[in-house]
Amino acid sequence: MSVDWSHDETARPLLSVRGLGTDFVGLDGSVAHALEDVSFDLYPGQTLGLVGESGCGKTTTLLSLMRLLPAAGRIVSGQVLFDGTDLLALSEREMRRYRWKEMAIVFQGAMNALNPVYTVRHQIGEAILLHGLMDRAAADRRVDALLDLVGIARSRGDQYPHQYSGGMRQRAMIAMALACQPRLLFADEPTTALDVMIQAQVLELLKGIQRELGLAVVLVTHDLGVVAEVCDSVVIMYGGKVAEQGPADAVYNDPQHPYTQRLLQAFPDLNAPGETLASIPGYPPRLNALPPGCRFEPRCDRRLPVCATTAPRLMAASTKHYAACHLYAGPEARFE
Amino acid sequence: MSARWPRLRRNLSEFWRVFRRNRPGLLGAALLASALALSLLAPVLAGRDPSETIRDEAGRPLTFASPAEHGPLGTDDAGHDIWAQLVFGSRISLSVGFFAAALSVLVGSMLGLLAGYFGGWLDVLLMRLTDILLVIPDLPLIIILLASVRQLNLGVSPYVILVLVIGLLYWTRTGRLVRAQTLTIKERQFVARARAIGAGHGHILLRHILPQITPLIVANAVLDVSTAILTESGLAFLGLGDPTRPSWGTMINFAFSRNAIANGAWWFYLPPGLAIVWVSLGCVLLGNVLEEVLNPRLTAHHLEGDERMVARAPDLARAP
Repeated sequence: MSVDWSHDETARPLLSVRGLGTDFVGLDGSVAHALEDVSFDLYPGQTLGLVGESGCGKTTTLLSLMRLLPAAGRIVSGQVLFDGTDLLALSEREMRRYRWKEMAIVFQGAMNALNPVYTVRHQIGEAILLHGLMDRAAADRRVDALLDLVGIARSRGDQYPHQYSGGMRQRAMIAMALACQPRLLFADEPTTALDVMIQAQVLELLKGIQRELGLAVVLVTHDLGVVAEVCDSVVIMYGGKVAEQGPADAVYNDPQHPYTQRLLQAFPDLNAPGETLASIPGYPPRLNALPPGCRFEPRCDRRLPVCATTAPRLMAASTKHYAACHLYAGPEARFE
Repeated sequence: MSARWPRLRRNLSEFWRVFRRNRPGLLGAALLASALALSLLAPVLAGRDPSETIRDEAGRPLTFASPAEHGPLGTDDAGHDIWAQLVFGSRISLSVGFFAAALSVLVGSMLGLLAGYFGGWLDVLLMRLTDILLVIPDLPLIIILLASVRQLNLGVSPYVILVLVIGLLYWTRTGRLVRAQTLTIKERQFVARARAIGAGHGHILLRHILPQITPLIVANAVLDVSTAILTESGLAFLGLGDPTRPSWGTMINFAFSRNAIANGAWWFYLPPGLAIVWVSLGCVLLGNVLEEVLNPRLTAHHLEGDERMVARAPDLARAP
């Protein structure tokens, strides 16, 4: 299996995450390690898929990267380099200038992310005016262009969110995310709660926009089919840690981590109909009661004695393809 | 933006369409509007100065004249026209009510927003303060405050002191209400989105949270007006009003202290009493209905009770 790593190797990554760790502190002072040692690179024009079960830290990763964690969340370690600038070292005021102008997010559940008392036009233009990028008339023209881009009739911009269908709201959210021409787009499960047809539409739209504008995208999803379709590289998360990461083709066709293997088996394969889907028994670990060794150990069907005691490190299976599992003794993963 | 004004007009006409069908609301609005007209047109409607003494043919003051003997509402113990006092008194009662309510709503909304949004020590401080204010009976507290502020001789008119004291004591209800709403709204995802687009606290508070609770504040403000008017009346009845500007409460105080009841002069105390009921009833009716109309969640389903929405069975008896 050849690894297709289509970006220019000499280019500098737009986003470089190194050893990111985030804790949540409970009211009783208990600490949950929501993220530990997450590292990845994202190059301009590329899409990275962030995959895992509910509660494995996908959304927390996005919120940490934008420094939008709820009050209980704390980033405790790591570096987030955006085009060479460490975002974690910025003051809140400086960080505000990065939000939306450089990095925008399409939230999970578009209905709730739209304010019911403002028109969609107002909300798309809000960020432009907030950052003082254009005057009102120019912003209005930009909103028209954005509505065209996502396929919403300009006249419907003057309507309120409740007058939109689910798919339209999601497209409006995408238009909103593009308002300030960010270089990096986070999409947090942009297609959940949409039916399959609309899902396909929204994904097509995202892909088209990315091609056109050369955005870098981090796509959070449960859906491995979506990953195969749109992602260049993928990070599989489990219990707040990276289980496996690498080029999408490599991870998809040659999964290393037992979790990735089981995850892929749990999805229907169009080429092998009639196959029984295998579910993964058990639940993801609770973040305040993590197993001492490998976090997947209690549910793993290939566990070794060492798994219960020692957390595995990320090992390289091939170039840029890493898995955190004791089954592999390859050279340790290295992030430059 | 060009689309703004037609939209506002559409929203207002929509508001009117729903409001119009609500009889208690219309009644409340009518009661308030008539009281407002009374105070605005006072010089015209009163016909004479309330301090002018009415005299009989012999030139003696016409005291305790019944409505049959003089004017629409008779005279008081000093021969002053009751109707003129009532009309001019409305200005004092209503304006104290409106200004004090405006002040309490302003303070309550601001503190409630800040406490709910920022939380932490500010929230604890404000909520314990409202606990204390809610527990202490209002009237004794206000009486003590009024008396001590007047002792200071600040050179401020008693009218202004009255407004300030009432306004600054009654913000607690609004404050709690706004805080509670702020707590729920700040967790909504559009607030997270506002943070994500790089908005600061001011933008989020004023543009995203405040508009959501404005209907609540408006409805509550109308109810506060009634509370403030009743409080002012009570204080004035106890003799703590502004003696230079007699309100309806002051009139009842005069009637009481000058033996109107023993003299059977019901026209002295009944009209101001009814006027107070008139206005506070108007406020309560309007306030409740505003809350209902502005907050769609409280209204019954819009399909209910509208004849046009009900499919009628064909009239078989009239079929050929």
